[in-house]
Amino acid sequence: MKNKIPVSINREHVLKLLSKGMRIDGRDLLNYRPISINFEVAGKADGSASVRFGDTYVMVGVKAEIGKPFPDTPGEGVLLVNAEFVPLASPDFEPGPPNEDAIELARVVDRGLRKGEVVDLKELCIVPGEKVWMLWVDIYILDHNGNLMDAAALASLAALMNTKLPEVKVEGEEIIKTGKFKPLNIKDYPIAVTLGKIGGSFIVDPLLDEEQLMDCRLTVITTKSGNICALQKSFSGTFSQGDVLKALNIAVEKGKELRDLLFSSFEKFSSSKA
Amino acid sequence: MSMVGGRRSLVIPGEIIVEGNFRAGLNTYLENGKIYSTVMGLAEIRGRVVSVIPIKSYYIPKVGDIVIGIVTDNSPTYWQVDINSPYMAILQVSDALPRPIDPAKENIRKYFDVGDVLLAEIALFDKLRSPLLKANGRGQGKLKGGILVEVSPAKVPRLIGKRGSMINMLKKELGCQIIVGQNGRVWINSVNEKLIDLAVKAVKIVDEEAQTRGLTERVKKFILKGKEKIDLESA
Amino acid sequence: MDEEIKLIDENGLRVDGRRFDELRPVRIEVGVLKNADGSALIVQGRTKILAAVYGPREIHPKHLSKPDRAVLRCRYHMAPFSVEDRKSPAPSRRETELSKVIREALEPAILLEKFPRTCIDVFVEVLEADGGTRCAGVTAASVALADAGIPMKDLVVGCAAGKVDGVVVVDLCDIEDKYGEVDVPVAYMPNKGLISLLQMDGILTMEEFEKALNLAIDGCKKIYEVQKAALKRKYDFTEKLKREADKSEE
Repeated sequence: MKNKIPVSINREHVLKLLSKGMRIDGRDLLNYRPISINFEVAGKADGSASVRFGDTYVMVGVKAEIGKPFPDTPGEGVLLVNAEFVPLASPDFEPGPPNEDAIELARVVDRGLRKGEVVDLKELCIVPGEKVWMLWVDIYILDHNGNLMDAAALASLAALMNTKLPEVKVEGEEIIKTGKFKPLNIKDYPIAVTLGKIGGSFIVDPLLDEEQLMDCRLTVITTKSGNICALQKSFSGTFSQGDVLKALNIAVEKGKELRDLLFSSFEKFSSSKA
Repeated sequence: MSMVGGRRSLVIPGEIIVEGNFRAGLNTYLENGKIYSTVMGLAEIRGRVVSVIPIKSYYIPKVGDIVIGIVTDNSPTYWQVDINSPYMAILQVSDALPRPIDPAKENIRKYFDVGDVLLAEIALFDKLRSPLLKANGRGQGKLKGGILVEVSPAKVPRLIGKRGSMINMLKKELGCQIIVGQNGRVWINSVNEKLIDLAVKAVKIVDEEAQTRGLTERVKKFILKGKEKIDLESA
Repeated sequence: MDEEIKLIDENGLRVDGRRFDELRPVRIEVGVLKNADGSALIVQGRTKILAAVYGPREIHPKHLSKPDRAVLRCRYHMAPFSVEDRKSPAPSRRETELSKVIREALEPAILLEKFPRTCIDVFVEVLEADGGTRCAGVTAASVALADAGIPMKDLVVGCAAGKVDGVVVVDLCDIEDKYGEVDVPVAYMPNKGLISLLQMDGILTMEEFEKALNLAIDGCKKIYEVQKAALKRKYDFTEKLKREADKSEE
C-alpha cells in the first residue's frame, strides 16, 4: 500500500532540508541520482535502450515500419513518439489509453527529437510520396519514482542510437529487403534536463516525494552545441524571467554531463559487441 | 525449534515444511498429514505446532493496536485515514478530539487536514466494515514535525526488540523521538536533520536485516559511526 | 515459403537445436521493481516478461468488492516493440482472453478469503515475445505474488507443449508456435499436482495429448525449481550478508 497523499510533515521536512541546500536522499540540489543506460534490451525491437535514474526505470523500443508519407512532406520519413504509463509502474497508473501526463511526456520527447534534428527525415524516404520509413519510438515506463521526463528523453535518444534499419532496394513497384542492416544516422544529441522549483530553490532529478511538492518545473532540451531546441513549463506555479535564464544555464551544463555519460555508455556497449 | 541444520528454514508458498504428527500454526495448512507453508518466510516448529514468520506482510488491524495514520479525506463528520493496510480506516469526530465539537458549526478540517499524520488506536474492526479509530487518548492525535518512514509490519516486533531492547537503544543512541506504530509506520523527530537522517537509515537496516543475528549490536555500531561523521562535519 | 520451414532436422533436433524434451534456458529475478508490492522478471529463451503485484488494496469502484474475499484482477499486455510488427498498445481481444486465463490459473492458488473487500492486481508486461508468453507470464506472476507476501497454497508454473513436424515437443518458441501444428499451454501447481490452465489449438490423438501433457508438466516441475531458487536467493539473509561481505572485501 502506498499513499498518494503527500504527507504534511514529510513536506515540511523536505522544505526545511532544501532551505539548507540538502535533500532527503543526501544529494546536492543539482545532482542526478546514479544513472545507468543499457542498450539493446528488447530483442524484437529495431533499437532499444533502458535508463535508470535511481529507482526510476524507463524502457524505449524503436520499431521501423514502411509506410506512406504525410501528403505535405512526401519526401520525408515519419517519427512517432508514444508513451505508455503501464499500471505495473506505479500504484497511481491506471490501465487505459494514455492520459494527459503520458501524452505531454511523449510530445515533449517528440519535440526534442524533432527540433533537435536527431535524424534527417529525408534520409528515411524510400520512394518519394509513396514509401518511407516510419520510426515508432515507444516509451515504456516500468517504475515511476520521479523525473520520468528526463529519463524518457534520454532512453529515447539512446534507443535511436541503437537502431538499425533494414537495407532496402527498390525494384519497380516492389521494396526488397536485402537482409542487411545499417545503423540509423544520428545527427545531433539533444538532452532533456528538467528543473523543478520548490520553495524558491531549483533542483534536478526530483524524487517522487519532491515532485509532489514542486511548484512548477521547466524541461529544457539542449543540443550538442548548447542551443535550446525545446522547452516545456508544467505544473501550476510560475517562474520569473531571472528563474528561466538561470534554469537554461543549468540545463546546458547538466545536459552536457548527461550527454557525456550517454556517449561513454554507448562506447562501452559498442566495444562489448565488437 | 528447528528442523534443518539447527536453524529456522526459509520456505516458499506451497512448500512442505514437515510430515507427521504436527499441528498447523500461523501461515501454514495441513493436508494429508503434511504441513505446507502459505507464504515466503521462516518456518519454525515449537512443540508440535508448525508456523511461518512471513518476510513481507500486510497490516491487518487488531483492536487496541496503536497505529500511525495519514488523513486522506474527510466528510463533515469523519476522516478517512490510511493506516498502511489493505483497509482504509475511519475516524469519527466524536472519537477524535479530547473535547467534543459540533461538526454542524465547525469545519472538522480545522483539526485534522488531508496529509496530516495521526497517532491513533484501533477501536473496532470486524473485516465487514472499515476499521474504526480513536485518537482522543493521551499522547494521541496529530504528530507535528519530524518525518514518517515505513517498514514491513512483520518487522515491527524486531524494531521494538525483546522488552524494547532495540527501540530503547535507538532512542538512547540517537537522542531522537521515535514512535513505532503496529502498522509499520515509524515517526522520527529531532532538531538535528542529520540525526533524523541517521535514524531513518538505522530503521531501514532493522527492516532489511530483521532475520539476522547480532542485529542490535550492528545497528548500534552503525549509529556510533554515523554520529562520529556528523560531529566531524559540524566541527 | 511457410510450408518449407523445417522444424525438426534429420537428427531430430529443433530449430534452436533443442531436443524434444528440452526447455529453453530460464532465468528469474525477484523484486526488480521498487513501486510494486511484489515483482519478478522472467527470461525464457528470448521471451522476456515483467510481472508486478499491487495489493491487497482498496478496490475502486467499491461495488466491485466481495464481502468474503479479495478480488483478483489480472492484465496481460504486450509492449508495442515486443513483436516483429509493432503492436498497437490498445488491448487486443487476444490480450483480454489471456488476461482472463492467467487470472484463472492463479486464482485457485491464492488464499483470497484472507483479505475480504480488497483487490489484488497482477500486471504482466511482455517486453519481448518469442513464444510461450502466457505460460512464462503465469510463472513470473506467481513469483511476484510470493514476493508481495500474498498467502498461497502453492506456486503456479506455466509451460507449454505442442506438436511440430509431427513430433511432440515441450516449450515452443515463436517459430514452432507459428508453423507447428499444435500448442498446449499448461499451468500447474507443483506441490498439489493440479492443473489450473489448459488450452489447445490443433489436432492431437489421445496418445499424443497424453505425451504433450506429461511433457508440459515435466517442464513445469523443472521451471518450479528455478522459481524456488530465485525466491530463496532473494530472501536468504545469511546468503545475502555473506555476499555483501564478499563485495566489501573486493
